[in-house]
Amino acid sequence: MSEHRTPPPVSTMLMRGLFEENPIFRLALSLCPAVAVTTSVKNGLMLGVAVLVVQVLSSMSGSLVKHIINPKIRIPVFTLLIAIWVSAMDMILAAYFADIYQQVGLYVKLIVAFAIIISRMELFSMKHSVVPCFWDGLGMGLGFLVGLVLAGAFRELLGSGSIFGIAILPFKPLLLVVLPAGGFFTIGLIMALFNWVDVKRGHKLPSGGGGAHG
Amino acid sequence: MSEAEVTSPPTLHLSSGPHIASGRTTAQIMWMVNLSLLPALLWAWAVFGWPVLAIAASSILGCATAEYLSCLISKTESTLPDGSAVCSGLLLAYTLPPAIPVWMPFIGGLLAIVFTKAVFGGLGYNIFNVALVGRAMMMATFPVEMTTRWLTPALGNVDAVSSATVLAQIKLGGPEAVNKILATVPDGGHLWLDFFLGMRAGSVGEVSVLMIMLGAAFLLWKGIIKLYIPLSVLAGVAVMAFFSPAPTIYMLSGGIWLGAFFMATDYVTSPTTAKGQIIFGLGIGLLTGIIRNWGGYPEGICYAIMLMNILTPALNDWFRPKRLTADGVPS
Repeated sequence: MSEHRTPPPVSTMLMRGLFEENPIFRLALSLCPAVAVTTSVKNGLMLGVAVLVVQVLSSMSGSLVKHIINPKIRIPVFTLLIAIWVSAMDMILAAYFADIYQQVGLYVKLIVAFAIIISRMELFSMKHSVVPCFWDGLGMGLGFLVGLVLAGAFRELLGSGSIFGIAILPFKPLLLVVLPAGGFFTIGLIMALFNWVDVKRGHKLPSGGGGAHG
Repeated sequence: MSEAEVTSPPTLHLSSGPHIASGRTTAQIMWMVNLSLLPALLWAWAVFGWPVLAIAASSILGCATAEYLSCLISKTESTLPDGSAVCSGLLLAYTLPPAIPVWMPFIGGLLAIVFTKAVFGGLGYNIFNVALVGRAMMMATFPVEMTTRWLTPALGNVDAVSSATVLAQIKLGGPEAVNKILATVPDGGHLWLDFFLGMRAGSVGEVSVLMIMLGAAFLLWKGIIKLYIPLSVLAGVAVMAFFSPAPTIYMLSGGIWLGAFFMATDYVTSPTTAKGQIIFGLGIGLLTGIIRNWGGYPEGICYAIMLMNILTPALNDWFRPKRLTADGVPS
């Protein structure tokens, strides 16, 4: 196997996941669970934490074993690694957070198939050692978490008039946004916001429009 | 178009499409459409009272506000004076129940323009009919108000009574509901005549088939719309009427007339060739019937038009006009 590349600074690795290559709003990955679970902040937070933990552990363990696996079968091996951590996460959530788990449980199991996790292992863990992999995984996981919480807060506040299940507004301003269609509107609006900030920071929009694939 | 025209030598005139200019501007067409919509509004005012005018004003205000702001934000020339936002607002108001709280159409108008028109690039770039998206969003946002605030029409009425629309009654009650409705008709009265004139519960602008026909006749006379789409929509619904316990009521109720003449014919969201338009209209009619007969809603024209709107680019592509050479032979 090739030598490790010099990792970028920690701040770059963190910011890349949070903003520049935010899995949901910049890479447009895992939109199905993002739309499905963000009907409330609590659900979004739950899935976000699960993804964060799985991403960090998978990235690190992928980096650890990369020298002993045949490159030809790296994808199945990575998938197995992810499945191990997802199973552990799934059981922990089912044991300790049974009420929320009933709502997001299906999507926790689906984390195995989340493109962002395996793509970080493929793009980053294969070339870097364990510690940078921790920071990269943390950045990506946090990006996912923040994305889900943002969308969840927007939808819960506008659709149900509450945050974390606590009523804030005396009425439900816009029921539409908690419905599945509203999920797409919400993700689209935040995506537009990310692009707008990006343009303001001096970047150009990709020629194919927003949501560029990394 | 002007920059594409070749000025010299003048023998061969090259330009990009459209090649046929009618000498009309968008603004002229849109204001004529708005004018043709007025008879239906007058009728609604006569049978439902003043609130319908407030609904129309609120909806138009919502659309106009969103249109003005979106042009301001995108730093483009305001498209407010061309009347397209007013037209969307008016059409949105026509699809709403007459006793809906007056602030709701404003929200609906705002959402409609922002999410259907502004984010897609403004006038002429929308994929869906603006008014119908507004209605669909209001259905999702205010489900109770959008399905229960009906009024029984009465000329010069004071106390309007709320009652469900005929389509909703049939949806719930089936053939027995039809008998019940027929039993309420006084001797010598004609149910179909009541429906044709507009003495029925329904959305603001859809109730009077006669008034819609008057407006449509004006548009046809001015050459703004052609009959391909409206007639094929009605034909499609007529096929589906065979499955209904009361075909005449089926054809005269709901929003099919308003939808066929004023919404399906929207230039931006309908195909351009005659063949494409006929397929488009038939699709709308059949989908409307499918939703009415076997779907969850009593009326389906709104969703049927939006579904066919998606197909419009494909229909334009599938039914291109044949290219001819100078001899008239297909190339």
